[in-house]
Formats: sequence, C-alpha cells, structure tokens
Amino acid sequence: MFDSEFMRLAFAAGAVIGVLAPAVGFFLVQRRLSLIGDGIGHVAFAGVAAGYLLGVSPVATALAAAVIGGIALEWLRANRKTAGDQALAFIFYTGIAGGVVLVSAAGAFDVNLFTYLFGSILTLTRQDVAVVAVLGAVGLATIGLLYRPLAGVVLDEEAAVVVGVPVKVLNLTIVVLAALTVAVSMRIVGILLIAALMVLPVMAAERVAWSMRSTISLAMAFGLASVFGGLTVAYYGDMPPGGAIVLLAAAGFLLASGVRTVSLR
Amino acid sequence: MPLALELKGVTFGYAHGQPALSNVDLAIPAGELVAIAGPNGGGKTTLVRLALGLLEPNRGDVLLFGEPAARFSRRPALGYLPQRAQIGVDAPVTVEELVSAGRLAAGPMLGPLRRRDRELVSSAMERLGIAELARRPLSTLSGGQQQRAFIAKALAGEPSLLVMDEPTTGVDAESQEALAELLDELHRELQVTVLYVSHEFGAIERYVDRLVLVRGSIVFDGPPSDLPEVWHDPSHVHV
Repeated sequence: MFDSEFMRLAFAAGAVIGVLAPAVGFFLVQRRLSLIGDGIGHVAFAGVAAGYLLGVSPVATALAAAVIGGIALEWLRANRKTAGDQALAFIFYTGIAGGVVLVSAAGAFDVNLFTYLFGSILTLTRQDVAVVAVLGAVGLATIGLLYRPLAGVVLDEEAAVVVGVPVKVLNLTIVVLAALTVAVSMRIVGILLIAALMVLPVMAAERVAWSMRSTISLAMAFGLASVFGGLTVAYYGDMPPGGAIVLLAAAGFLLASGVRTVSLR
Repeated sequence: MPLALELKGVTFGYAHGQPALSNVDLAIPAGELVAIAGPNGGGKTTLVRLALGLLEPNRGDVLLFGEPAARFSRRPALGYLPQRAQIGVDAPVTVEELVSAGRLAAGPMLGPLRRRDRELVSSAMERLGIAELARRPLSTLSGGQQQRAFIAKALAGEPSLLVMDEPTTGVDAESQEALAELLDELHRELQVTVLYVSHEFGAIERYVDRLVLVRGSIVFDGPPSDLPEVWHDPSHVHV
C-alpha cells in the first residue's frame, strides 16, 4: 500500500486530520454544538464552488467561506439574534443553496466536485499535504496554548465571564478552528463527512475516559485510528475514504459504548 | 471599612415585565458575611447578577469595590458559585480539573499552570476536605462533595468577594450544616466578603451578622436577632 506515493501522502495528511478534528470537536461537543461542523461544511461547499467560478484554489476559498460562515454563526448565537439551532439551520441551508447555484454557474458538476464532497485519496499533491501540515500545526498549537481557558469556558461559561475570562474571543477561536479543520480535511474526508470526524471520536472517548484530559487524548487516538483504518479500507476496497473513515469512527463509538456497559455491570 | 458592594437606588426589570427589583439600597462592607434570602421569584438572582455586573440596572448605580460593576477592572478578585452549579460538559471531569479552572483568571491564562497556581489549587482542595478526591470524576461524588469542589474552585482564585447563589440546592441537611460551618471558618480565616444567597436562611442564619430579605425590594436588613419570627421561612414572606 505504501509503495504508492498517493497513499503515503494520504496517510501523512490523514495523521494531521485524525488528531486535529477530534481535538477541535472536543470543545464543540462539550458546548453542545456538535452539528456546527456540518453547518460550516455546507458553507465551505459554497466556498469550493466560488473557487471554481473564480478560477482560484477551491481550498483557499473554502477556508475563507468557512471562517466567515463560522463567525456569522457564532455572532447570531452569542448575540441571541436567533436560537442556536435556527442560526445553524440558516447557515446550513444558505451555504448548500449558495454552493449549488455557484457550482451550476461554473459548470462544475463533475467528478472533481464529488471528491470535495466525499473525499478522495487519489487527488492529494505534495503541496496539499504541506498546506494540511502547516494549517494543522497552527490549529493544534492554538489548542495546546489555549487548552485551559477553552476548557474553563466549557466547564462554566457564566463563572468564566464573571472572573473576566475573554469568553467571546475564546468561543470565536473555537469556531474559526472548526472552519480551519473543515478546510484542511475536505480533500480526504469530504465536506459532507468531516463533521462526523469531529464528533464521533469524542463521543466514543467520553464513554471510556476518566477525566477531561483523557477524553481529549483518547478522542485524538480514536480519530487517528479511524483515519488510518478508513484509508486502508478505501485503498483495498476502492471506495471514497470519507465514508470508510466515518463508518469506522461510528463503530468505535459503538465499541466504546459496549465496553462502558460491560464495565458498569 | 471600605464597601465591597453597593447598590444605590437600583431598579431593574426584564423586557415586557414588572420590575424584578425596585429602588434597592444595599451596602456591604468588605469582610462581611451576609445572607440574602427571599422567596423564589423575589429577585435574589437578579440582585446577584446586577452585583456581578452581568446585568445593568434600569435606574441607580451598582458599585463593586467603588467601581461600576459592569466595568469592574479587577474581575479575578471575584469568586462566583452560580445557581445549581454543575459542570456544563458531558465528558468526565475530575475534582482537580474543576478546581484548577478557578486559577484561570487569577493565574496565567496561556499554557500550563505554574507551581504557585498548583499549590493554591491543592490548598483550596485541602481546605474543603476534598484533597483525597482530587482524581475522582465529579459525577461519582455526592451532592455535598460536588458542592465543596465548586466552592474550592471559587476559592482557588483567592477572591476578595465570594458570591454563592443557592449553594445548598439539592444538598442534604447535614451537608448544609457543614457548608454553613465551613463558610464561617473561611470568612473568619481569610477575611473574604461572602454573599450567601438562598431561598431560606437555614443553617447559615447562626453564623451571619446580617440578614437581608428580598422580595422585589429589600424588606428586612439587619442582625438575625431582629428578624421577626414570621420571616424565618422567607418563602412565606408577605409584603
């Protein structure tokens, strides 16, 4: 499998994504915003479409659209302009509708678009992997540096506000990190499935962890195992990797739930 | 004695409703242990939120250590135990992780905790008698032990003013007594100003110098010995 350069590149990028997505997702899940990655993913789809239309890198336009969509979502939610689920619905549907219109205008309903939606192991270039590595390192370094304040805010947001923690800035940081994760991961996992990699490993880790730190660490381990396992299955089964990765992550959750049930008996 | 908290002619109403608080005057000197009680819906939590600068009054002024509460510049000097304090996450959280979050604003915000912060976290857990539970997930502890962990979190920040909103909700009578005793001890040893807010005075009545009864406005403010018998259960207060 590793004789092929495209598989070596897929595993290199996958290693970053497998760790980054659950690390960011940990904070989304704890804030009960598990579906936010989906909303941002749909806005990223509009960004990919805009890239096709403008003739520039779809990854760059997807990143820009995802960041703008994520900030809009957080602003709507935090300022109570609308309920959280309605804000998500607004961004979700606007993103996908905008994407369809832009893709149609660009005449890009083709196989290449399909790879952005569901991921592919064949299309990665060395340059793509370098971009994934740099953006992933930025994302992970940010989480490492801000872990305590981010964890403090999810533990008790109101108490954090009272003692002067910059809660709005930290909440915005998480949304921007989620946007970054979507843009970084969409070539391998796909826009429509990346949110699952942010959420399922965290859900699995919560079932068997014993502390917050062990939850985030186990989630990253589960994420990495799902990506590596999914890429392997995709290679030998000749299928889009996104589906295989997410199905393995879902199986991980079921397994962890089973382990928890047995250990509680 | 300088004032830790002062409300001057404060009126506050939520949108489209009657004022929750009308014309409230309250001055709490630094170092005092005060119990604020009143029936549910009487405006206690509104008063707490105004005091902490989470709400701004429609009329009047709220001052924290002499500064407008909403723009208070020394927020790490506050300790706050919200009503029905519970962790807002599904992931397991150990006692030590929760108490460490109390050093967030008072200590360095970026990177790991420094040695002095870790010492203060340990000392807060020891003071509350939960040091041996440090590595236990909160969900495996009793209501009283969980409450102690939340108080340790608030104390780890070395607050000058500790505000506790309904700290005994869901806690058995024995733990309520222990909590009242503990607060008295903390107040005497650390000289922290403590605002204890509850729908009933309960065990704390024996330890405070001053009781404040709130029902839309302040209907009693004085020493426990002056409290009319009929008001010992604030939920039955009629104005």
